[in-house]
Amino acid sequence: MLSYVIRRVLLMIPTLFFVAFITFVLAHSAPGSPFDKNQNRPLPEATIERLNRLYGIDQPIQNQFVLYLNNLVHLDLGSSLVKDRTVADIIGSEFPVSAQLGLQALFIALAIALPLGIVSALKQNTGIDYASLLFATIGTTIPAFVIAIFAIFLFGVNLRWFPFIGWGNGCGPLPSCDLKRMAMPTVILSLGAMAFLTRITRASMLEAIRQDYVRTARSKGLREQVVIVGHVVKNAMIPVATIIGPATAGLITGSFIIEWMFNVPGLGREFVLSINRRDYPLIMGVYMLYATLIVIANLTVDIVYGWIDPRIKLGR
Amino acid sequence: MPLLEVKDLHTSFFTRDGVVRAVDGVSFELNAGETLGLVGESGCGKSVTALSLMRLIPMPPGKITEGQIVFDGTDVLQMDDDDVRGIRGNNIAMIFQDPMTSLNPVLTISRQISEALELHLKMDRSEARKRTTELLELVGIPSAGKRLDDYPHQFSGGMRQRVMIAMALSCNPKLILADEPTTALDVTIQAQILDLLKNLAREFRTAFILITHDLGVVAGMTQRIHVMYAGRIVEKADTGELFANPKMPYTWGLLRSIPRLDERRKERLVPIEGLPPDLIAPPPGCRFEPRCQYRRDLCREREPELASVPGAKPDHQARCHGTQAGGWLVDLDWRSEIGDVRVLEEIKQEVAAVPAEAARLGAADLTPREGP
Repeated sequence: MLSYVIRRVLLMIPTLFFVAFITFVLAHSAPGSPFDKNQNRPLPEATIERLNRLYGIDQPIQNQFVLYLNNLVHLDLGSSLVKDRTVADIIGSEFPVSAQLGLQALFIALAIALPLGIVSALKQNTGIDYASLLFATIGTTIPAFVIAIFAIFLFGVNLRWFPFIGWGNGCGPLPSCDLKRMAMPTVILSLGAMAFLTRITRASMLEAIRQDYVRTARSKGLREQVVIVGHVVKNAMIPVATIIGPATAGLITGSFIIEWMFNVPGLGREFVLSINRRDYPLIMGVYMLYATLIVIANLTVDIVYGWIDPRIKLGR
Repeated sequence: MPLLEVKDLHTSFFTRDGVVRAVDGVSFELNAGETLGLVGESGCGKSVTALSLMRLIPMPPGKITEGQIVFDGTDVLQMDDDDVRGIRGNNIAMIFQDPMTSLNPVLTISRQISEALELHLKMDRSEARKRTTELLELVGIPSAGKRLDDYPHQFSGGMRQRVMIAMALSCNPKLILADEPTTALDVTIQAQILDLLKNLAREFRTAFILITHDLGVVAGMTQRIHVMYAGRIVEKADTGELFANPKMPYTWGLLRSIPRLDERRKERLVPIEGLPPDLIAPPPGCRFEPRCQYRRDLCREREPELASVPGAKPDHQARCHGTQAGGWLVDLDWRSEIGDVRVLEEIKQEVAAVPAEAARLGAADLTPREGP
């Protein structure tokens, strides 16, 4: 088990190297430069040249990449080319906001998707099953930004139930959180994952409930609730757990549209801005963070998988 | 009073294609400690009969539409759900066909056996665990104590079937239903499992019903045999009597298709031509008539009763016009006379003419259908 984890952690190194390589090449081959963004007041040619020399952008790309890797190994993500802050500093202040938003959304998604999926499987082809299908279809097909617009319009502007700009003054312990302000971005971010998880849960419940061992459990005289909870759900959770890992990584990293629309000062928004600004160190820094998170999420799923399904043997 | 009395049991499945009468008027009795073999081809209603006894028919699409199942003086079909659960695993236990899929892959062996002990015998966890170890030793699992916390995938097929037997025996049931318990196992293991089942049932004085498609399997196992065909019992006899003096062409067919090692055979094994009938619209007369090479016009017109037959023991009953009093098969030696060759050809041609239809009916789908 331990040797398996160590091996998987070591495997992260080449994975992250390739992510770094591809991202670096793609980011630098996009046309434009960090210093040509103000069209009304373009910088003088000489200034741009000096800036390029200062940040090493005049070097051949392979030299820049080697330099970046060298810094990365020393855990130095460099400085933003646009803002007067280090990349580590930006990530440090904005990633927690995205992480909180993502984890809250994941929690809400699971809290609703699992029971809803289980119930709609148990009450297959009844009203509640069709209602959950309708909800899941809406959740997967209507993009978050469309729902967000309607939600802002309805709950924010017309009904004035929820404020919809910003994230409050950060968030320490829960009581001091501005929950009302967090409600809309969190719930809307959770919808996609919720819909998807509901369908997966329902499908794997239906799969599990038809297995022979369920009949065996019933033949022992167990109550239906015991059969469902003790025998069916445990098996049905195996495919669901596989999805939760990538879903978590996706929610934590992929919330830039929501952050943008609700003006949440999170990393997703910063990431998109950094791409527009050709802020190479920030692009790279955020991308490496995302890649690391996804790799860790996958590893966690594999470990949890071995724990809930005894047939999976880790290591060897 | 018999332990189990099944009277005119009807179990149907309501499918999109129509009502499949899987069990259509089955009656039999079983005394305490007695062993009975239920024999017939796939799809003839054996398993559905067994599942009906425990009310484990998936509803919908299945439903027990008629009949009585009197177990220990009470009609199982009139009980409320709690009482039925009190019988399942406790008084009637079932061993299923495929030990590879009948055990829950994510629960330990000990948990799966203990569950019933804790439920019915009110044992606490440690008592149940101790009893589980004893049961596993009883069914011949070596170093049982060390294997309690293993999962099913760590056991071989034969071992898993031993676990199923231990599970069935755990609460000292009065009746065990063994549904093709050895079909999924290697031939070498089959004999071991059957011996184990027979010896333990005798030791525990448990009655059991052994369901199989293989007459060879029940030969040394049970006191009586009921042969089923197309949802009905077509022949009832003591085991020895049935093998020595079968009185129904379907049984003859089954016997002819058993490979025997102790006899030099001149001819090859003779299969029964054709497929079992469509249980949505069964033949109006004798249900075996379309496949019977001894048939006459009478067989198509009227279904024979299950009745005593001349030249056999009094409790030997068969459902055949030919072997009943005055019939044309009373004095026939089934071993030498394989029937009218012309009729045999006819049957083969009929089967060849409707392959698609036959395939559809042969594979009547009894699983619940998923909606859109």
